[in-house]
Amino acid sequence: MTATPIANQQATNKAAKAFLILAMSYLLFGLVLGVIGGFQYILPPFLKESFSFTKTRPLHVYLVITWIFTAAQAGIYYYLPKISNRQIYWPGGVWLHFAMQLGISVCIIVCFFLGYFGGREYLEFPPVFGAFILLSWIPFVINFFFTLKPKYKTAPVYIWMWSTGILFFFITVSESYLWVFEHFRTNIVRDITIQWKALGSMVGSWNMLVYGTGMYVMEQTSGDNKTARSPLVFFFYFLGLTNLMFNWGHHTYIVPAAPWVKTVAYVISMTELLILAHLIFQWRKTMSTARKNYHIIPYRLLSFADVWIILNLILAIAISVPAWNYYTHGTHITVAHAMGATIGINTMLLFASVFYIIQSGNSELPSGRIKLAGSGILIANISLLIFWIAMLGSGIAKIMSKQNSDPFSSMMEKIQPWFKVFTYSGTFVFVGLFIMIIATLRIMNSKKN
Amino acid sequence: MSKLIIFACLFVLYSLYSIIVYTKGTDNAVAITAADQLKISKGKKLFQQYNCIACHQLYGLGGYLGPELTTAYSDKTRGELYMKAFLKAGGQRMPNFHFKDDEVDAIISYLKYVDTTAVTYKNP
Repeated sequence: MTATPIANQQATNKAAKAFLILAMSYLLFGLVLGVIGGFQYILPPFLKESFSFTKTRPLHVYLVITWIFTAAQAGIYYYLPKISNRQIYWPGGVWLHFAMQLGISVCIIVCFFLGYFGGREYLEFPPVFGAFILLSWIPFVINFFFTLKPKYKTAPVYIWMWSTGILFFFITVSESYLWVFEHFRTNIVRDITIQWKALGSMVGSWNMLVYGTGMYVMEQTSGDNKTARSPLVFFFYFLGLTNLMFNWGHHTYIVPAAPWVKTVAYVISMTELLILAHLIFQWRKTMSTARKNYHIIPYRLLSFADVWIILNLILAIAISVPAWNYYTHGTHITVAHAMGATIGINTMLLFASVFYIIQSGNSELPSGRIKLAGSGILIANISLLIFWIAMLGSGIAKIMSKQNSDPFSSMMEKIQPWFKVFTYSGTFVFVGLFIMIIATLRIMNSKKN
Repeated sequence: MSKLIIFACLFVLYSLYSIIVYTKGTDNAVAITAADQLKISKGKKLFQQYNCIACHQLYGLGGYLGPELTTAYSDKTRGELYMKAFLKAGGQRMPNFHFKDDEVDAIISYLKYVDTTAVTYKNP
């Protein structure tokens, strides 16, 4: 802590950019594994014995989830000194966090390749790594709270969101390991209920990190620092928080747990209608003003994220209706919701943050690189829409096949055309995001950066 | 009301709700002997060890490359022998995991137990 403020700021920026590169590496490899997994749907013998779906899926899931929170953390590290007007509290902690995370990731990837699993949804690595992941977050938590020293009475909403995301990440990761205790492990209904509870809220926790990042970028690009402190935006924050805490139950309609769990979840899920109504109302307003914005790439990404929020909310509300949920649950309609959220919303918001950061060090971006990024964004979003529709189509085809009581093999045969569409369009999602990564790296490597 | 108070109230509600969910409404409706419990636990351990959840679902949780297994045991078109055949030899999409006979039996016991709990699944 003897470094000068400028040296400290430069060191923090360097560390934040190292996190960005690490995050984009997760995304790149996660996408490659996703494409391989897609081809395993349409070519069943493809790598069946040597590198089966039991390995490709956990690798894909782990890498893309890690992309989400690592990119959010990179942004937060970069923004902390700017928001607080203080040097980062523990610069060495940022690199300690980086080293621990990289080490854990390498170990997890090796475990997956060797076939060592914990076998739990989302957290398919051996359980000990759950503890290590939480441990690796400690330097991040120390730097967040000690640099920011947040005064919550007057703090903007993104600080609330980040704090909530951190708090609930610790709670939900711990909760997801309750199964190691006999009380939970030996009762499948309890185990599955708690698993849905923990995972549902865990998604909410990283969404808080991402949405907070998106809010900060929106504030900075528009120059409007009132919105992030307005009562309306706090109303939506608390509504989101209520959903994070209680709406997980809409995953458990088919689990024979107590009916009140489902009723609470359904009522809470329906409050999302308010968010939807607000978004649609705001949409035109955003379109007419933000076009003038100087930050063209973040603006485009935020606009696409807005479209995906609307599409995904419509879908989320539809599949929260118990009568429909009975049919849609366990089909690719649920995956469509997950993909719309992780790629359409989270990845677009995170890339908005990435481009905002790299543009901060290079205010005049060469038009060639803007064009390259723009074409990547367009390819990724158009192919994602086709991918999303194909997921919905395969879900509907599965429901129809179930109603006919078709055996699994003929059901898969009937859904095959949809699988082909989502595998090929998924490949183009990869191409689009790959172009965005290339554009990012080129800008980062340019002289001014 | 202050934002901090709203947050504190929601957090207290969440904590209470969590305790209730951990302890109520999910009691085991199926009576299991100690010997069965051992076998079921072994089956569950194998199910996790081989990451079966990557392709199969239990109560909607898991991947979609393979069939849902919650009610596979009592399903007239599948059942115990059908599942045993897949566990021993694999399938078009499923690799051969070379399970031993006692491991196959343990996994089947686990899936049988899951099936007996799936009341709302069979009668929504």
